[in-house]
Parts: sequence; C-alpha cells; structure tokens
Amino acid sequence: MSGLVVENLRIEIAAGGASNPRVLKPVDGVSFEIGANECVALLGESGCGKSLTALALMRLLPDGGRVASGSVRLAEEDLFALTEAEMGEVRGGRLAMIFQEPQTSLNPVMTVAEQIDEALMAHRGLTGAAATEESLRLLESVGLGADKLDAYPFQLSGGQRQRALIAMMLAGEPEVLIADEPTTALDVTVQAQILRLLKDLQQQRGMSLLLITHDLDVAHDMADRVAVMYAGQIVEWASSDALYAAPRHPYTQKLFAVLPRLDRRGERLDSLPGRVPGPDTLFVGCRFADRCPVAFERCRVETPAFHEAAPGHFARCHLADSADESTSRRVRHAHQITPNGAHGAPYAAPLAVVLEVRDLAVHFPIRKGLLKRTIGHAKAVDGVSLQVAAGETLALVGESGCGKTTLARAILRLIEPTAGRVSLLGEPLAGLRGEALRRKRAEMQIVFQDPFSSLNPRMKVGEILAEGMAALLSLSAAAQRERVADLLNQVGLPADAVGRYPHEFSGGQRQRIAIARALAVEPKLLILDEPTSALDVSVQAQILNLLADLQQQHGLAYLFITHNLSVVSYLAHRVAVMQGGKIVEQGEAETLLTRPENAYTRLLLDSAPGRGVGS
Amino acid sequence: MIKPVLLWSDALILLLLLTVAALVWLARKNDTFRAPWRQVMASRMGFVTASILAVYAGIGLLDSMHYVERLPSAPGQQAQYSGEVFSALDALLKPLRVNVEKTYSSPLATHLYAKETVQGPDGVERRDYPPLKYPGTHLLGTDKVGQDVLYLSLKSIRTGLLIGTLTTLIMLPFALSLGIAAGYFGGRIDDAIQYLYTTLNSIPGVLLIAAAVLVVQVQIEAHAEMFNTAAARSDVRLLALCAILGVTGWTGLARLLRAEALKLRELEFVQAARAFGVTDARILLRHLLPNVMHLVLISVVIDFSGLVLAEAVLSYVGVGVDPGMISFGNMINGARLELAREPVVWWQLAAAFVFMFVLVLAANLFADQVRDALDPKSRGRA
Repeated sequence: MSGLVVENLRIEIAAGGASNPRVLKPVDGVSFEIGANECVALLGESGCGKSLTALALMRLLPDGGRVASGSVRLAEEDLFALTEAEMGEVRGGRLAMIFQEPQTSLNPVMTVAEQIDEALMAHRGLTGAAATEESLRLLESVGLGADKLDAYPFQLSGGQRQRALIAMMLAGEPEVLIADEPTTALDVTVQAQILRLLKDLQQQRGMSLLLITHDLDVAHDMADRVAVMYAGQIVEWASSDALYAAPRHPYTQKLFAVLPRLDRRGERLDSLPGRVPGPDTLFVGCRFADRCPVAFERCRVETPAFHEAAPGHFARCHLADSADESTSRRVRHAHQITPNGAHGAPYAAPLAVVLEVRDLAVHFPIRKGLLKRTIGHAKAVDGVSLQVAAGETLALVGESGCGKTTLARAILRLIEPTAGRVSLLGEPLAGLRGEALRRKRAEMQIVFQDPFSSLNPRMKVGEILAEGMAALLSLSAAAQRERVADLLNQVGLPADAVGRYPHEFSGGQRQRIAIARALAVEPKLLILDEPTSALDVSVQAQILNLLADLQQQHGLAYLFITHNLSVVSYLAHRVAVMQGGKIVEQGEAETLLTRPENAYTRLLLDSAPGRGVGS
Repeated sequence: MIKPVLLWSDALILLLLLTVAALVWLARKNDTFRAPWRQVMASRMGFVTASILAVYAGIGLLDSMHYVERLPSAPGQQAQYSGEVFSALDALLKPLRVNVEKTYSSPLATHLYAKETVQGPDGVERRDYPPLKYPGTHLLGTDKVGQDVLYLSLKSIRTGLLIGTLTTLIMLPFALSLGIAAGYFGGRIDDAIQYLYTTLNSIPGVLLIAAAVLVVQVQIEAHAEMFNTAAARSDVRLLALCAILGVTGWTGLARLLRAEALKLRELEFVQAARAFGVTDARILLRHLLPNVMHLVLISVVIDFSGLVLAEAVLSYVGVGVDPGMISFGNMINGARLELAREPVVWWQLAAAFVFMFVLVLAANLFADQVRDALDPKSRGRA
C-alpha cells in the first residue's frame, strides 16, 4: 500500500557520559500508519516523544539518539534499510517535514525563490526558467503572490514564512508530509489559514499528512485518525470521530476534562496530578497508573496490551473494552466538581475599582539618519481606556504585535507612557518618583509568559521570593522567611523549594514560583501576561485553578493578557479585544464571546481551533 | 642573615592571595559553588591541567618571596644589606644560579659550544672545546653569559604569570562595569561607552604601550631614590606594563558583555525585578553579573594566555619588561641572534617555547573543563 507504516519504533538515547552511562527510551514501541490521502494527528503533551518520532521517520535523530528497533515503510520501502545517500533522495522528496519555527527554518540570507529552487534542483533536477516557473506555481498553490519570489525571509510575516516553507517542502512532491507543530508559533487567525491550507493541499495532492500537535482542537479539526502519545507510547489510536465521541483511555479522557471552556465557567477545572514521567523511568505495569484516577491493582503489575477495544479503536488500558461508558463516567466521577465562586460567577456589581486606565498611549519614536532625528512614531498603544475592579478578571485579547504587552509594561511604568493616565486605587501613577513609586509598585505585580526566562537561573527560589519583599516591604529576616514559607504553601510547592534553584523545577512549578514572587508584596492588581501559553494543558488547568483560588482568597484584580480564547471564555468576567494599539470591543465575557459586535472579534472567535477548518 | 623585601608586585600578589583565600573560605559551605569544581577535579583532564597550573603557580609564588642578604660588617657598625634582591626560588636553585659557565653550552654538555684557544697540560696552545666547570649539570644548557637556561626558564614563570594575572585583574573591573552598564542602560550611556572603546581600539596598541613605558621610564629615573635596587625598578616597570595592557585591553570583553546584557535586560526576570522597584545597581549586581560570569571566566582565561604571549612579543619589540628582568620575552629576544649563529643555539628558544606552551595549553584546557562544569546544560550529561 502507499502511505507510511511505522511498526514498533523504539528510540534510545545514550546519556550520562562515560562515568555513568544510562540509556533513555523516549520512544518505546510506537506503531501507526498513515494511508494515502489521510491526515493522522500525533497528539501528546511535551516530553511524550512525538517530535522524536517524527525525526526518526526522517532519520534525523539528534546526536546520541538511535533507532533501537522497529521499521518505517514508505510505500513498502523500508526507510531504515536505505543507505544515507538513498535516504537523502527520500528526505525532502517523497517524505518532507515542516517545523514549528518559521523564523529559523528558512535561511535568512537566501530569497524564497533560491530556497525553493534548491529543493527543485535536488529532487526534480529543474533549473533555470523551468525552476522559476515551477517555484511560481508552488508559491501560488500556498497562496503567496509572485512578488514574494524575490523576498528575503525577514520581509515576510510569520504566516507567510510558514507558507514559503510549505512551498519549499512541496517542491519535492512528497507522498507524506510531516508537520511538527506547524502553527504553534502563529497567531490564531493565521493558524486557521495555515491549517486550512495544509488540509486543502493534502486533499488536492492526495498527500498523507502527519500532524504533530499538542492541541486537541487542532487535531480534531484536521485529522482523520488520531494517535495519543503518553510517555513514549501510543495509548490510544482511533478515528478522530470515535476518539472525540468516546475516548477510552483515562489519559485521553483527562485531557478532555482539563480543557477550559465556556461551558465550564464557574466549575473548578479537573486536573491531572503529577507530571509526565521522564524517559529514564523504569516502568512496571501501566505507565499512566500513578496519575490515573481509575487505576487498580492489576494496573500496577501488568502492562496493559495495546489492543482493539472496539472496531478500529485501539487503546492501551485494562478497562478500555470492559466498560465503554462507565470508565469515562468513573474518570469524571473521581474528580468532584466543585462550584467555584471566585470566577465565572454571575457578574455582580463592580467592587472598588483597582486599576483605571484613561486614554493611555505609548508611542515609540522612529529615528533615522546620522543625527537620529525623529521622523515618525510607532503607535504601539494608541488611546486605551479600561478599568479592573477588585476580585474581577479582565481579559485583554489580541494577536501578537497588537500592543497588549506594551500596554502591560506601560501600566507598570516599566515603559514611560506617552500620554494618558493610569490610576491605581484612585491614585494617579504619573509623576510618581522614587520612594512613592516604589511603594505603589507593591500594589501591582506581573506574571510573565515564559516560566524559564522569568526566573533568574542563578538565584535560589527563597532569594527570588524574598527579593520583592526586601525592595518594597520592611520585614525582619525571620518574618521574611516565614512569609516565603507561607507563599510556597499557598501556591502548592514543597517547603524545601526555598533552597533549590529554578532549573530543578518543571514549567508548571516555575510558573507557581513566579506567581508566588508576584504575591510576595501583597499586590492588589496582578497583570498576567500569557501565564499559561507555555504550559501543557494539564498543567494549564492546575495554574488556572490556582489563580482562581488566589483571586477568591485575596480579592485580587486580574488583568489577564492572552490570545487563547478558550482560557478567556473559562476565566474572564470581562473581555477587551485589542487590535493595532486600540481596543476595538469591550464587554462582559459571556455576551462578547457569544454575540460579538466587532468584525475583528468575530474573526478571532471563528479562527479558534475546534470549529472545523472550514473549506 | 637576611631581610625580607616586599616589592610592589609582591604586595599585590599577597593581596590577591588573601582575597582568593577569603572568597574560598566564605564559599566553602556553598554546594552550588563547590559542585562544578569537584566535577572539574574528578575528570582526568581537569586534574592534570589543574596540577600543572598549580606547579606553575607554586614556582611563581616561591619566586615572589624576596629578601636581601646582610653584608658582613664590623661589630657595632650598622647592618649593611646587599643591593641584590633574591627570592626563595633563588635560594632553592642556588646551585643553578651560581654555577655559571663562561658562555654557551648545549644541554647536558661537558664542554663549551664554541672552540677556544686553550693551553694543554703540555703548555701547547690548541683550538678546542674547553671543558665546563660543572659538566653535565645544565639540563637545558647555558646562555651567552653562561647562565643556566633551566634557571632562567623557571624565573620567567613569575613574570609571565604576573603579567597575565595582574593585567586581567586590572582589565576586569573596566570590562564588567562598562560592558554591562552599556548593555543594560542603553541610550546615551551606551553611546558614550561605545565611543570610548571604539576610540581606544583604534589607537595602535603597541604605540600606546611604547609611549606609556617610556613615560614610566622617565618617571623612574626622576624618582631614583624610591627605587633603590635594580629589582625594584624593573618591578615597577612590569607593573606599569600590566597597567597599560589592562587599561587598553578591556574592550573585547566589554563588547561581549554589552551584547549579553542587551539580551538579558529584556528577559523577564529582569523586568520582574524592575517591577519590584529593585534599584538599577542591584539588578546589575544580582541579575546581570551572575548570568554573564561564564563568559567572563572563559574570556579571562583566553586573555590570560594571550597576555603571556603578548609579553614575549612586546619584549621582542623592545617595549616589554625591563631588559634586565628574566622573562620569556627577553629569552626569546636573545634567541633572535642565537638563531642567526652557525651552528645554531636552539635550546634557549626551545626552553622558552616549551614552558610557555605547557602553561598556555594547560590554562586553555583547564578553562574548557571549567566552562563545561559551569554550563547547566552539560551538567546534566555528566
């Protein structure tokens, strides 16, 4: 048959150096197949081995990694039996791959045409006028005009770069296209376009598409069949319809349960305790047993077989076939749904206004020439007004470059605003200097997106938490220590975290540290700048629950900056949509998300994955 | 009877030793400080190179304990001291120092390298290789005036180390403060600092050094009473050389640190610190400096190697250390003429080459090990 068949793929990575050799098994017995003209999604959280699987298919494993066993057959041809020279023909030819970062997968000093020509030359022997003609045709097929032929990557937007990359990969006329998180780095509207393009191309060309993603909604929109990966193995493998209608593996069920959605407002999100086990774990029994709500004795001793639980529906669970509906119910039942008053509650009369922003503008001068004369202004934030009350969450939604982060920094006075007024608890911030400004800073804090760059890698957690207190509160050393311990407890971290360094913690734990750091100075307003977008969905649920709890306990006002509409619909009381430095629509969450008035808001909502890719 | 003498450079070395000892003592309990070093010492390469460096440092330290000998004097008279300053190393190597031949002899030779007219026992004058006074004792041969080359090489170590270390220490504060400040503050401060180092960089280095050395030379002669021994004079000249190398040599590292600080200041932990109202000085000290230390360490070691070599080059050009001071540069400078001789006198150059090569190679390999140990990414691998 045509298409791609992967059988029992195992990848080993040598680690530990000469003194302490260990073998990691990040991928341990993965089998799946992609038929001709089919789209298969490989779905999993970070660290489950999905990207390594893709690299192994291309035979591009990083140093130290090797395929321990298994086979990959592309139209009955065993890829692992080919010589490297033969593989070079296949790679980029019959089997092509597009990557996550369009910025880094194009060569910055070559034009788009040169890069496509390179692929045409290598795989189809086309040069000169024939190559130019073909490049043009390819660019048109990905929706780019002829004028982009001589453009350099820096002249293209993120979405255009991804299109150019797809055109490059199509140059070899692949039978199978692997797309590794192709839209993760893109805005939601661009993501919708690229996904639609991939789907169209796959259908027009009769290509097979292997889509690697962590996004359940994207997988649902795109895939015919879905393979769910956990800890190096496929735990469930079924047609998209069957899987989304009735997931049979408890892990898959949990993944669905932790998603924030509009209809879960007011509920506490289900959470998946613990984290994905590392590739050096020695497993006895089921790999998911430690986190599984329905695990029983057999799971701890006997590894469940990967078997067909229903026609065409495979799962790696002892309970998969015995209990169709009841397992799923039990998974849900194991988690008590508790109403959560802190958020999503009916919108009551606003309490004390914590933050009030009036006509705030931040203009960056554009300087040119030898004397750096100002020739114009880039209006990053252009007359924004909003207010947030105590105990309220205002979501600020917008795509990258719309000025939402600049707005946050201007509110915090990390950037001096050009015009407008920011008042905190009724007191204007403008003109505050020195000690007065420092005191005011204690009332507003920020939590950043990237949990890795937001903590100084060379400071211990205790020092990180104490830094703000030392700068803003005058506490004795003993009181500081006590408060640090109290904060760690509040955000659900062990007390011994004090003496450890950030790199010893996972992404979710680091985000908890960042939240604790912000809380340390007892702020009234917390600006959350995409606090969950770098996290896996199960961890995202934990952090969202934590934020809800903290809001309830402390009556915090949240300015929640995000591009993730499902988080907004779950969490926010009010929503402000930002575009090009201006707020285009503002209103109560439920109204705005269900009956948007502005065209841009509607576009954003329609682009959100999970509504089908359209035609 | 002896009297210890503290030269300027000795005082600086003592100060440096005390500082390092104090830092190590303060950090002895800190496991994150000790772990990388333990890892370095656990690797074979790290241990061997550290041992080699320790031997060099030991020799350098022995050579920094200076004293003068008391001259024999009549009883009741005030004690008189010799004008010649010796070091502990000189005392240890006394046989090498005093067993001087007449002129060149090759390594482990029994006779001089050149024929001379000698009177045989029978009173007949013949042209022959005269026997050495201390045959077979000169492991690396002797130089033009019959000094033992091994002794010269060992004495050169202190000069090389001193130039490398002191210059680096003078350079570091400039590079750290100016580089990080330029990157972090940006704007006019950045412009000013960039202007400064671009200007400094565009002045030919040798010219600047030659001018500075000449000025110092004049100053020394004007204040001859302050520098009463030859050792003190050459010592001051050496320090002046270090100072001028340091003041001009910080630009490369500063440029590197500016770029790194530009990157770091946009990182969110720095933004978070600013949101707390942490002062700029504290952000520089607590957030930026520790995160550039790996760069500093690596480039300092590379600079150190470069400086040991630079001393040789500058002495060759004639603007390096005092010609009377024993250094690798002066050894190589002398070798210029020896290589033009027929037959060639090769051992002095070879000795300088091997001693410098081992020092620089060991320092570089050691730095590689330290960098690997300090890099969090590689720490997981080991």
